[in-house]
Amino acid sequence: MSSFVDALSRVPPLLAAHVQLAAAAMLLALVIGLPLGLWSARRPGVARVVLGFASLVQTIPGLALLALFYPLLLSLSTLVGGGIPALGFLPALLALTLYALLPILRNLVEGLRGIDDGVLRAADAVGMTRTQKLRLVEAPLAAPVAVAGLRTAAVWTIGAATLSTTVGCPSLGDMIFAGLQTQSWSLVLAGCVAAAGLALVVDAAIGAIQTGLTTRRRWLWRGATALLAIGVATSTLPLWASRGGPVVVVGAKNFSEQYILARLIGDRLTRAGYTVEYRDGLGSAVAFQAVAGGQVDVYVEYAGTIWNGAMARRDVVPRPAMIAAIRDWARAKHGVGLLGGLGFENAYAFATRRRDLATIADLARVAPGLRLGSDLEFLERPEWAAVRDRYGLRFAGTTPYSPTFMYRALASGRADVITAFSSDGRIAADRLTVLTDPAGAIPGYDAILLASPARADDARFRAALRPLIGHIPVAAMREANYRVDRDTDKETPEAAAHWLARRVGLEEQLP
Amino acid sequence: MPAETAIAWEGVTKRYRDTAAVDDVSVAVAAGSFVALVGGSGAGKSTLLQCVNRLVEPTAGRVLVHGQDVRDPPAPTLRRGIGYVFQSIGLFPHMTVGENIAIGLTIAGQAARGRIDEMLDLVDLPRDMAARMPDALSGGQRQRVAIARALAPAPSILLLDEAFGALDPVTRDTLGQAVRALHDRLALTTILVTHDMAEALLLADRVLVMARGRLVADERPRALLDGAGGAAAQALVAVPRDQAARMGRLA
Repeated sequence: MSSFVDALSRVPPLLAAHVQLAAAAMLLALVIGLPLGLWSARRPGVARVVLGFASLVQTIPGLALLALFYPLLLSLSTLVGGGIPALGFLPALLALTLYALLPILRNLVEGLRGIDDGVLRAADAVGMTRTQKLRLVEAPLAAPVAVAGLRTAAVWTIGAATLSTTVGCPSLGDMIFAGLQTQSWSLVLAGCVAAAGLALVVDAAIGAIQTGLTTRRRWLWRGATALLAIGVATSTLPLWASRGGPVVVVGAKNFSEQYILARLIGDRLTRAGYTVEYRDGLGSAVAFQAVAGGQVDVYVEYAGTIWNGAMARRDVVPRPAMIAAIRDWARAKHGVGLLGGLGFENAYAFATRRRDLATIADLARVAPGLRLGSDLEFLERPEWAAVRDRYGLRFAGTTPYSPTFMYRALASGRADVITAFSSDGRIAADRLTVLTDPAGAIPGYDAILLASPARADDARFRAALRPLIGHIPVAAMREANYRVDRDTDKETPEAAAHWLARRVGLEEQLP
Repeated sequence: MPAETAIAWEGVTKRYRDTAAVDDVSVAVAAGSFVALVGGSGAGKSTLLQCVNRLVEPTAGRVLVHGQDVRDPPAPTLRRGIGYVFQSIGLFPHMTVGENIAIGLTIAGQAARGRIDEMLDLVDLPRDMAARMPDALSGGQRQRVAIARALAPAPSILLLDEAFGALDPVTRDTLGQAVRALHDRLALTTILVTHDMAEALLLADRVLVMARGRLVADERPRALLDGAGGAAAQALVAVPRDQAARMGRLA
């Protein structure tokens, strides 16, 4: 129970960001939807095109719509010579706005078309101008139906806003995604309760506006509108509060080690006087783009990911040479600074419960009778192609799992071998055998600190993070990870980060 | 002294695709007269009427109101000087009776104080009805409110477009007489579009008969009853006359 209360304490800043995003998207959708809806109501041809487009958008799953805006904005930014952020608030805002458009448009058109012809003719006949007709007759008569659409749009938007976490825009989804990854159900629950509560409150408020308009009780709809505005203002208060010192954004991909290291980095920067924000749950591919584009100031990357991914290198070189090559490449191509390695590696490693295997070469001989459980992306990665071709690996079957469930699959016997991570605490805890790579097919995966172009040469920033460089042994990282990943007595990434800081001597043991 | 011309149609034609709803009509109406425009459905009488307040724009020809082409002023300005009452009534459902009556003044930025009571008195409705919503009224009461709304800005012209068509016969008769009384009292120029020849004969000073978009008769009620106006007009006059005769035989 106390972990739920702990989790609730994370709500206010995320709620503020969530409300800000949803409110901005609703506002933008209104600004676009009102004139478009008016136009559509007067021209059936326009209505067909506009409503058809809005319906089409609606059929795209929310997560995919958000994901699509990333490459779209990226290429748009390239086209106009940069400057358009492809991550963070903008793509989330645009996707949610598109999403909110359909119910707003549809109900506005329906509301306007539903007005009695006689009433409209009377409005003309008494000598109303177009504006007077709109203000005095059409708007009040279409309002109840139009506001019902607004209500639907608001509830959808608040729900879909939780997905904006994946494009690096903070929201209550941060808690849900982080909780899902670390199996911290109280975190998931707190995030869901907050998002659902927000949706219910907004639904009730807009419902009251609708009732007020339908029953022509001016005080009711005006009061509810005022309450809604006050609610938006108050809940976003944490965003307006003056911040001490410059703001830095610490990024994290979507697994426990990243959450822990982000907090460790964040704590160092807070002590150095920075105001720290977190962007959790970034996709592996977007993280580097985010730091290059400056939406994220610092995060922990793994050498092999850059080597095989962004750099598209297929050769395997010694680890120090690899880090040096990445340092030069990141600086020259993207202005990104490599502050150094943290001192441990988180490589892809084949792990099994079988005691008769020691190397991947051993595995290759028996692989046709075995099933491989992988994480969600491994089978698509060049490392898999490299190791498969080098050793001639052929499995009876392969199944991708989310990391937590991958270990479960191994434990339950549904998988015989998994693509574990070498810094994962569960390797030791589950007493798994990690197979060695005698042919050197898998590149090094040293954890490295990457800083955005703006921070790469910031002496104060570098000084704050320098104590981390080379100071985190893999054993310490494994144990910190295990504290978050284990099934019972789970710790939050924050607590594990504190533990790790003490373990590696960054903090004095508190009395 | 010949009366001034209030409304004049000059070669007015209105085409919808291939069919001419109004086909080259020229006629003038003197100020202060009560003219009925009669014809079967599709005869073009409503279309002709709506050319006056520009709810319909003619394909050819022009309409003059007090000697001025109706296309000269902006449509809202023109319409504020012409009262218009029609069959589907069209009271604003979100406004009180009082607000409905005052709307013509409100949109013109004029004070409506006192005018609402005056108008309710004029159409024989209790003053306390001003605070009610239209949906709480009977059909006849609503049409009275619509007439009050049309007359509140003190127009000199009143257009009645099948205004009593949807009412029960008793209400219809009462309201017809009330409108005629208002016409006389306010010295209006009134044009009543109706398909009911009896109504036209009883209320109007002059009856125009339309058939297939053309004006086929222009007579005083007395002359029509005496057999003037031609076949189409007489066919319409025959209906109430036969009904009266049949009722006479029943008695």
